[in-house]
Amino acid sequence: MKRIMFAALAMVAICGLAAQSVSAQTYTISVNQFVEHPALDAVLKGFQDYLKENNIDVEYNVHNAQANMGTATQIAQQMIGENPDLLMAIATPSAQAVAQANAKAPENMKRPYLFTAVTDPVAAGLVKDIEHPGGLTTGVSDLLPLDKHIEMVLTYMPNLKKLGILYNAGEANSKANVAGIKELGEKMGFEVVEATAAKTADVYQAAKSLIGKVDAIFIPTDNTIISALESVLKIGIQNKLPIFCADTDSVERGAIAAMGFDYYKHGYQTGAVAQRILGGEKPADIPVEFQKDLQLHINTKASAQMGVTPPEALLQKATKIYE
Amino acid sequence: MTIYAALGAVEQGLVYGIMVIGVYLTFRILDFPDLTVDGSLPLGASISAVAITSGLNPYLSLLLAVAGGFLAGMITAVLNTKFKILHLLASILTMIALYSINIRIMSGPNVALLGADTVFDPVIAMGVPSQYAGILVFGLFAVLVVSFIVWFLGTELGQAVLATGDNPQMITSLGVNTHTIIILGVGMSNALVALSGALVAQNQGAADVGMGIGTIIAGLASVIIGETVFGCKTILRAFIAALLGSVLYRLVIAMALGVEFGSFKFNPSDLNLITALLVICALITPQIKKRLIER
Repeated sequence: MKRIMFAALAMVAICGLAAQSVSAQTYTISVNQFVEHPALDAVLKGFQDYLKENNIDVEYNVHNAQANMGTATQIAQQMIGENPDLLMAIATPSAQAVAQANAKAPENMKRPYLFTAVTDPVAAGLVKDIEHPGGLTTGVSDLLPLDKHIEMVLTYMPNLKKLGILYNAGEANSKANVAGIKELGEKMGFEVVEATAAKTADVYQAAKSLIGKVDAIFIPTDNTIISALESVLKIGIQNKLPIFCADTDSVERGAIAAMGFDYYKHGYQTGAVAQRILGGEKPADIPVEFQKDLQLHINTKASAQMGVTPPEALLQKATKIYE
Repeated sequence: MTIYAALGAVEQGLVYGIMVIGVYLTFRILDFPDLTVDGSLPLGASISAVAITSGLNPYLSLLLAVAGGFLAGMITAVLNTKFKILHLLASILTMIALYSINIRIMSGPNVALLGADTVFDPVIAMGVPSQYAGILVFGLFAVLVVSFIVWFLGTELGQAVLATGDNPQMITSLGVNTHTIIILGVGMSNALVALSGALVAQNQGAADVGMGIGTIIAGLASVIIGETVFGCKTILRAFIAALLGSVLYRLVIAMALGVEFGSFKFNPSDLNLITALLVICALITPQIKKRLIER
């Protein structure tokens, strides 16, 4: 009897152990987000949703630097101390802080590191090479596919000669995008006229300075301008000046059209990279990715208000039309 | 809070402590509330980062940063003394001008220093583990800066600076030109702030035009916490208190980042609220103490 009991207990124990080894492993991910902002919040949400949908059990330590670089650095050091399976940073300044903390950490505390929502990872010093990041770092870049955006604007306005760009010269992301659009302008034969605003209160005046000087305005993914978008739209309607944006949320708010960059999907795509790293792949071997899915959103009411007609070809391609 | 986070907080406290010493000099000694610092911190960072990426020795880049900061402070002080612009307004004007100037200096909003030569390299080469290099270098700089300031305030010129803050009428009647003294003092303060910015940039791997936002808040919070906790009876004690106040301020932030009470957890967005509450506590503690004693 004792023997049978013992055998039964042993069986139970073995089954228990087996069950435990089958049940999923829990990973820890420490996140350094630079600022609370709809786009960056959506990145985190998309990231977390991807891992959840793929049944990867993750415990998160989410930190937010409140747009303060000193805090971002402190958070980065804290994250190293948390000893997670993966370090993650959202937006450039946080990404640089984490990269530095990871580089300074003692050998046994260094962790794989994934950045996202960074426009130019090479200029930011995060990786040496997009294809072969090397080291412990890889990530997903939100560099706009500018040629596709400009192509869309030109389909709308084939006679475009002067394109106004409204941005904050203090945002690294915008700076990179403006340089790219200027290059395209030289190739495609239109002139770029810049107007900058250092804070949301200056946006209205900056937009006003473009009236009469340009045929249309393009707004890149610029936090400052997007925050005060309504004041730009007002000028667009009053002066029949078409306003195009780089993000789809702005189309719902009243911009004419955008070749959508959905930050939720950006995060979702980043989640897939995280899965590969947690699965044991080395970040060094994973090339930096760029946004894959783009959606065309068109606002026909705004088009009419700003004096242009959406071309049939675009309307057919659009995934969402606001009327 | 993990040991690693605590070490990080001490490191941050020491490097920003150099800025806090600068703020103490204007705010308490000269009685000159100076918001230039929000611009002169990234100014120091920009100058140092550009100098390093164009091949200059990181230590020499600090000298350039100090010179830049001194100039920025001088401009604020000249606007105030010679052109009679209110000190707060004069410093705001210099601060916003510096935003554009910093972008000019860096030819963009951000210069990466990841992997570049920094002031830590010689220390790490001597065998100090990289996670302690920051504490060592910043601690050394902080001690040097405090010693220099205390020595300076003991000289004749330094005494004039102290007197200018205490009683401008008296010092003018003694034949000292208070304008010159204020220009010198605010210049020195911003030179220290720029030095702090240069070291911060080298430590966090980038100079960014936005990195100065909130500098004055952190500076004043540290000054007030330092005074409340460590006292300010002598000049030496006051400056050491300012430095330690900065370390304490960063430690509290590190704690706030990881605080949990059972199932209650602070949101990341609560950080600014916690900071404000902390400063309010530091401000009212002496008053409460005083009232209790009076009873």
